[in-house]
Amino acid sequence: MNRPERPVAIALVASIVGALGLFVVYAMGGQPQLEGALLFVALGGLGVALMLWARGLMRSIADETQGRHGPASPSDVESATAAVEEGVDEIRRRRFLSRLLLAAAGALGLAALFPVRSLGGSPGDELATTAWRSGSRLTTIDGNPVSVEDLELESFVTVFPEDAIGSSDAQAVLIRVDPQLLELNDEQLAATVDGYLAYSKLCTHAGCPLGLYLAATHELRCPCHQSTFDVLDGGVPVYGPAARPLPQLPIEVGDDGFLRATGDFTDPVGPSFWNMPS
Amino acid sequence: MIVRRVVTGVDERLDTTSFIRRNLRKVFPDHWSFMLGEVALYAFVLLVLTGIFLTFFFVASPEPVVYDGPYEALRGVEVSAAYDSVMRISFEVQAGLVMRQTHHWAALVFMGATIVHMFRVFFTGAFRRPRELSWMLGVLLFFTGIGAGFTGYSLPDDLLSGTGLRIIYSAVVGVPFVGPWAAFLFFGGEFPAPDLLSRIYILHVLLIPLAILGLLGGHLTLVWLQTHTQFRAPGRTEDTVTGTPVWPKFAVKATGLAFVTWAVCALLGGVAQINPVWLYGPFVPYSAPSPAQPDYYVGWLEGLLRIWPAWEFTIFGVTIASTFIPGAVVPGIVTGVLLLWPFIEAWATGDRAWHHFAQRPREAPVRTGIGAGGITFFTILMLAGSNDVLAYFLHIEVDGFNQLLRWSLPIAPVVVGLVTYRIVRDLHERDPQPIRRPQRSRVRRTATGGYEAEHEEMPTSRRAP
Repeated sequence: MNRPERPVAIALVASIVGALGLFVVYAMGGQPQLEGALLFVALGGLGVALMLWARGLMRSIADETQGRHGPASPSDVESATAAVEEGVDEIRRRRFLSRLLLAAAGALGLAALFPVRSLGGSPGDELATTAWRSGSRLTTIDGNPVSVEDLELESFVTVFPEDAIGSSDAQAVLIRVDPQLLELNDEQLAATVDGYLAYSKLCTHAGCPLGLYLAATHELRCPCHQSTFDVLDGGVPVYGPAARPLPQLPIEVGDDGFLRATGDFTDPVGPSFWNMPS
Repeated sequence: MIVRRVVTGVDERLDTTSFIRRNLRKVFPDHWSFMLGEVALYAFVLLVLTGIFLTFFFVASPEPVVYDGPYEALRGVEVSAAYDSVMRISFEVQAGLVMRQTHHWAALVFMGATIVHMFRVFFTGAFRRPRELSWMLGVLLFFTGIGAGFTGYSLPDDLLSGTGLRIIYSAVVGVPFVGPWAAFLFFGGEFPAPDLLSRIYILHVLLIPLAILGLLGGHLTLVWLQTHTQFRAPGRTEDTVTGTPVWPKFAVKATGLAFVTWAVCALLGGVAQINPVWLYGPFVPYSAPSPAQPDYYVGWLEGLLRIWPAWEFTIFGVTIASTFIPGAVVPGIVTGVLLLWPFIEAWATGDRAWHHFAQRPREAPVRTGIGAGGITFFTILMLAGSNDVLAYFLHIEVDGFNQLLRWSLPIAPVVVGLVTYRIVRDLHERDPQPIRRPQRSRVRRTATGGYEAEHEEMPTSRRAP
């Protein structure tokens, strides 16, 4: 083996050793880090060997110069154009039939669109409504209804209608605050009970669940894009890219002491859409 | 002997001897920056191979199952069949984790190489006539790659991927007139609809790879037919191309580069943890992880959503959702400008000639300035996409950081563009071309203590060959 060949040979031997190592590691039950390292040696050894081979052992192959194609001559352009046009003219000559052909292709194209329609139903009012009904109990993810005694001041819990636990669009945050602090209008105030108030948990920007309640400032914050909503002031956005207040869920206390909704959210939940009822 | 029989056999049926001879001698100019696109190609090959392995185990179903695998922290937790199968690939299938992580790393390398390759082509003017179509296919590959990456990391049905899907869904819903319909057609109903996973799956493993294969095929065919650009050098002309013949030298070197690319991806896949879905937990519709970061090539889109002001308004009864401009209009404009850049530049400069020489960035100071400004624009948005994490590490308020980014977005690209333009223009005046012939300088000290230099070219007779 002469000298220029040596590095290539070393790289190839390393590659073989790496591949054999892979067999052993795999047979012994596998280990991700080791597998990655050995794959690196096996693949890399081969790669480096080939690159060194091309660089060092193919010096006799000199660079070559070849012509590139330039713009076509006018006569070539002419004959190619003519060849295409002859075919088109041959079809177009039957004027009635060629138009009928176009119409048939168009009709078939339209018909082919109908299966696409099956991919999704009409949105209807699905985006504007949720599973909350008048009388729906506020229920935690574990299926327990929330009673008026359950929450400490400044604590919060995620609630669902009792018949749609885990539902994406019906999820709401139930928060208990000191009623003295509330800055709500009469309508909003009527939707709260004993300092309990509930908002949609979906951010009105890009629909992420509002995971963070900042008790000190009474704000709900979205972990996705940091939109922040003022709980005391009717859920208005006070920071970030969200522009719409959080829809409020009107609640009351039932005779049994459990909290329940008196209807659906005041507005569509989650991201805005163009024909949103307002 | 065998080769002769194969060549004869093929030729008798397909008449290919001259084709083989011509194309085996085809030359490729040698420059390190011409390898960037190749790296993307090899990463794609690795993505297909590792991806096929993963499909043998992955289950694209939201059906709830109870996890009972070896990962203690999640045992007994209800997860989707999709998440369960990803856990199985990661912890129970032998070599599964290496394959999965190599697949993810290869995707990052694919996108990275694609992006840097785009920079190379842009700054050297290699997109100019007659290569406009090649550039456009490349831009489409970049955006198809984003789609491939996004659908890919949405498949494990973990909390992070579910959040990404929800944001896309919301952006689609917000498009005026067609949004709700389009979202229901694509997502199969209000988020999260039961068909969603299987749709993303078929997009990720069939439709998008087919699109990439088609675009890549077109892109490579054009490179092959139109030949490579090359930098100016003695003896090179616009009408010729000088380089290494494909067979065997270039082919061996390129195969070597392929293996090195795969080696790096495999090493990363083995030792560098990526997308640890067991730490994020399974997707539930009532929770979102914090912090939530997309893969880097989606970062600019996420950044737009994060720092765009809360603008939502109603005109003629049509609500323009707060996500519409940052989530659809701006990305649409960016796509359009990138796609049509060769024509925009030709229109602005009036230069419609054929160009086979790649330029040095200094030869086109305006374009180089615009490119630098564009990179600044994307960089700011990428930073914005991680504003919470960066603010945490930099110990600054997210709000202040957001304000900084928001003001930088229109200003910084212009400043960077102008500064780049000035620097590059001065460089061009000093040294328009790589040194092609020996030069000598006469340096004189002036009476005031400064220095003056006088450059002159060596006499023709002593010019280098």
